[in-house]
Amino acid sequence: MFVTDTLLHRLKRGCETMAYPKGPPPALPERHGGALKVDSGHCVVDCRTCVPACPTDAITRMEGLPVNLDLGRCVFCSACVQACPAQAITQTGDHQMAVTRREDLLLGNPGNEQVRLATALDEKLRKLFGRSLRLRQVSAGGCNACEADTNVLGTIGWDLSRFGIQFVASPRHADGLFVTGPVTHAMVLALQKTYDAVPDPKIVIATGVCAISGGPFAGHPQVNNGVAAILPVDLFIPGCPPHPLTILDGLLRMLGRLETKIGRIP
Amino acid sequence: MSDLTHFTLLANATSVPWSDVPAWPVADFIDAIGAEITRGARLCSLFGVPEGDATQLVAVLAFDADSTLAIGRSTPLTGAFPSLTATHPQAHLFEREIWEQHGLTPEGHPWLKPVRRTHGGAPATGEFFRVDGGEIHEVAVGPVHAGIIEPGHFRFQCAGEEVLHLEIALGYQHRGIEEALVGGPHRTTLIQMETLAGDSSIAHATAHANLIEALTHIEPPLRAQWLRSIALELERLANHTGDLGALAGDVAFLPSSAACGKIRGDFLNLTAEICGNRFGRGLVRPGGCQHDLEPALAARLLERLITTLADSGQAIAWMWDAAAVRARFENVGTVFPAQASELGMVGPAARACGLVRDVRYDHPVGWHRFAQVPVTVWPDGDVFARARVRSLEIQRSGEFLCEQLGAPPESDLFEALDRPAPDTIAVALVEGWRGEVCHVALTDSVGCFRRYKITDPSFHNWIGLALSLRGTAISDFPICNKSFNLSYCGFDL
Repeated sequence: MFVTDTLLHRLKRGCETMAYPKGPPPALPERHGGALKVDSGHCVVDCRTCVPACPTDAITRMEGLPVNLDLGRCVFCSACVQACPAQAITQTGDHQMAVTRREDLLLGNPGNEQVRLATALDEKLRKLFGRSLRLRQVSAGGCNACEADTNVLGTIGWDLSRFGIQFVASPRHADGLFVTGPVTHAMVLALQKTYDAVPDPKIVIATGVCAISGGPFAGHPQVNNGVAAILPVDLFIPGCPPHPLTILDGLLRMLGRLETKIGRIP
Repeated sequence: MSDLTHFTLLANATSVPWSDVPAWPVADFIDAIGAEITRGARLCSLFGVPEGDATQLVAVLAFDADSTLAIGRSTPLTGAFPSLTATHPQAHLFEREIWEQHGLTPEGHPWLKPVRRTHGGAPATGEFFRVDGGEIHEVAVGPVHAGIIEPGHFRFQCAGEEVLHLEIALGYQHRGIEEALVGGPHRTTLIQMETLAGDSSIAHATAHANLIEALTHIEPPLRAQWLRSIALELERLANHTGDLGALAGDVAFLPSSAACGKIRGDFLNLTAEICGNRFGRGLVRPGGCQHDLEPALAARLLERLITTLADSGQAIAWMWDAAAVRARFENVGTVFPAQASELGMVGPAARACGLVRDVRYDHPVGWHRFAQVPVTVWPDGDVFARARVRSLEIQRSGEFLCEQLGAPPESDLFEALDRPAPDTIAVALVEGWRGEVCHVALTDSVGCFRRYKITDPSFHNWIGLALSLRGTAISDFPICNKSFNLSYCGFDL
């Protein structure tokens, strides 16, 4: 009786996996600002209003230079957007923001108003990992939000395994590391050992503002200000935490499975 | 009972001048704490405050039945103090922490080891308790675990399948949050509160906001209090649903596991509708809330909430209907009520041992003064009881939300703040989904933080998980662990 009930309920729910990336991406919440855009041309001369508004020192403005916003230090609190008197910093509502090079997260210089999205791995790595990527996740001071929104990708709604991407238990079975957290001093040894245990060639993905720059804990004597201080990083996924869609976009982009930027769905 | 105490009494989310807190010589102080615990008080926090080269110890006690908190302190001391742990085990980790942070030795502590100190790229875990014997084997797990979870080290002493003892060593997540708060609040402080334990962003941010408001002697507008209570229950719904799904997954009952994983996300998305962030970041700010829940949005939220609650109700009912699931949860990982009480356990893990303790009920502040969520209790202390409490709390939080979303109070959303009062101590307790979140702040002569102490519910409860494993098969560790689902970073700070 119970078995048939369970099966019937399950059947009634139907397939709950989203259509993306073949179909449109799921809508972000209305108040989710997405990636930021910096039009330093709009800045008032010598205006520094946004600099002290930022809780994580992501914004700097040197004298005579355009304002500079580091999306790798940003927790997306939108305090700068509200503080700016000239709408120089705006929210794009765009979930796409993963990059290959750290400097591609710096916004403000002419031509660099927005992030320069990640490029695909080279052909050899794409051949190896493009259709089958196994990752070992290491939380190195992560607060469990990045971890939670990565776990979400494994649920039926997102079904990460349909892309051949899987999180595995042993680093020996992995093609790379997926690191969250600012890398606390107490996790350096474990992170290094886990990395060493992954067979070559291998990749490293830094997920969340902490893993990119230390985030809200940058400068604390107990942390390393991000993964790059310890390991070479191949993909940076900003956010606090990144929306699951941002993480998925980053992974697919790195594997060359999303060549073009997807326009925002109105 | 509390009117007989010599400690200074105060209500949750209020402050008292530091000079009003009575100071005893340390031996008398420890005796006084012991006496209060013996007659029913609970130790919410025990910590040191540097005073020149010496340290003062401060204790925060809760008289739950009287809805009252109590604070006392020792006169400054160096060297050593008599340990309370031998007679009152709930002090065990606090004393280890005091030893680590201030170099004061709790004399007579049965298991004095570091809590989070780092040495050579890893925590200085020290010696582990070992069981000797030809049949005994030791299993070491972590810090890097098999799933996408935070790091910690577990050391099991086993005879065959049976676990005789489990010792848990943490500290891998230590980011120095308390240390950084000295001299604050800083610009980063609120973000750090929201990322202190990411799945409890609302609980910790609310505790911090309540604390600042107590120190500045303002009450946030009613609408902000209402909104915080809504966000807190949404946080509870998401986490409880996710954990029940994970429990189902660990006993290979996939229908509930698959559905709950998705429904957890649906609850997170409801929080994101309010503030844009799935974990509620950016919503709670000292003085009020940063986003409003306008009538149209509240109506939309309510509609989606009703659907999501029906979904979760159904997915969880499948699990309770299955004898195969019930049989796997019953009589596994039992913590006895006397143990839970002695160890000062909090939250659903304590309520699953029949202990009636819930900050929302015992020490109501904010919106919980006007709207109550019934306390959920189950007597057995096993995995079944913890899962059952969580499942009932989903229903009750759901009912609370459905009721509250339709009845918003009209007021502003923000009240301007002055500087925190100087030389004042404040305490704020919030019932997060794991249990009691406790923040204590002491200000200096100019109103900056002189000491800020955070006690995540996990700090009280990790030892409960360790005890639940005794006599349990090691293969049942996953369901024991998930039934607690404690925070590593909330503990490590």
